[in-house]
Amino acid sequence: MASGGGDTRSGRATEALANLRLIARLDIKGPNLIKSVQLEGVRKVGDPQTFARRYYAEGADEILYMDAVASLYNRDTLTDLVRRTAEEVFVPITVGGGLRSADDVQVMLRAGADKVAINSAATLSPDLITEVAERFGSQCMVLQIDAKATRPGQWEALRDGGREHTGLDAVEWARRGEALGAGEILLTSVDREGTRRGFDVALIRAVGSVVGIPVIASGGMGTLEHLCAAVGDGGADAVAMAHVLHYGTLGIPDIRHATRARGLPVRAL
Amino acid sequence: MTVSVTVVDYGSGNLLSVCRALRHCGADVAAVETASAIDTADRLVVPGVGAMADSMRRLRERGLIEPIRRYAASNRPLLGICVGMQVMFDASEEFGEHAGLGVIPGRVRRLPKVGVDGRARKIPHIGWNTLARARGVNDWSGTILAGLSGQASAYFLHSYAVEPDDETVRLADCDYEGTRICAAVRRGQLYGCQFHPEKSGEVGLAILRNFLAL
Repeated sequence: MASGGGDTRSGRATEALANLRLIARLDIKGPNLIKSVQLEGVRKVGDPQTFARRYYAEGADEILYMDAVASLYNRDTLTDLVRRTAEEVFVPITVGGGLRSADDVQVMLRAGADKVAINSAATLSPDLITEVAERFGSQCMVLQIDAKATRPGQWEALRDGGREHTGLDAVEWARRGEALGAGEILLTSVDREGTRRGFDVALIRAVGSVVGIPVIASGGMGTLEHLCAAVGDGGADAVAMAHVLHYGTLGIPDIRHATRARGLPVRAL
Repeated sequence: MTVSVTVVDYGSGNLLSVCRALRHCGADVAAVETASAIDTADRLVVPGVGAMADSMRRLRERGLIEPIRRYAASNRPLLGICVGMQVMFDASEEFGEHAGLGVIPGRVRRLPKVGVDGRARKIPHIGWNTLARARGVNDWSGTILAGLSGQASAYFLHSYAVEPDDETVRLADCDYEGTRICAAVRRGQLYGCQFHPEKSGEVGLAILRNFLAL
């Protein structure tokens, strides 16, 4: 714990770690917050803006909106949601799902997003990563990787909500994504997503070991132990949580408190 | 009485977020892109994200370099945010050598990829970090950081940081895994913060309210 005094950090510099970020992930279908199971079956949970507002008030470090339908047809609904949310949520907002071009990115940033997460379009046209990074800065270009295990220690990046193969090795794709200009990796385990059986720690570690940009672990959080494993063993810089928050299994204040009690640094509110 | 604040619109990505947060704090906000609007401002905010060279180019194209310099010299309240703070300095090494506005002596340098302890740092520095009083600063009262607890955290998102020539302009520092980063500066009524108050939750809103009360 740092105090506000002058000589605050001496003696702990070598063990000082950056604060872990606790991200509330909200998957959106049309006007609804949904919870998917392994990116397939979905359940409606409620009004996304209401949930986002609550997570902000409870101390979420960031909000992540992911459009599960990702069709152009729904685009206006999503931009409107982002615009309304940004008027009352004063932490970073990331938006992903179906963004296909730098112009799509601009629309979301103008609506109030701070960062965009791009998956499918980047796998089809990797230059898009560079284009977005050059036009808007690497800081807002989050490469979203939906990874599915193909055999132990190997994962393939999937696109289009996990429905299509890309043939890309997820770890190699992450490394290339950084080189192309991505500022963060949003790493979702398709196998664990919605299962509450824990993050794919081996995947997080494998990607984290080849990139120098932050890795956000997503998919599978069910308990605090899962979070600690993703960070402690996997080396994740941030965790995205959905199910445990939406269904009230764990609250953000409890997570923050318990995380700190276990020696992992999180921001003080 | 509603406080009015002028935000410089030079194509910065966080313009809307900054305006929204200031409005949420009760201010009457005008986003402007003309020299005359800056000359007549009572309170000025320069937002910023991305690269300093690009920001300077956009300020130059709009003819806003001299108006901001004039404003800064007038000792009216000014807040530069992130790259909007970095442009106040003399020069940056980002993508080659680039001159800044030069209203605060010092340079903008890339964060070291490896800390003094030899361990690798992730760049950009993304996330929440605790604001600590800079060396020699005993008290934040009367500044934009007035009333913050010693635990207050703000949201950072940057790969470059300012290094003021004069250590006394440093108002707050933060510690990024052992590297001391200049988090906020003050020179008279001229303020800069490396973090994003518009994205730093209630702490950030408190900082903006302090700025509106200067």
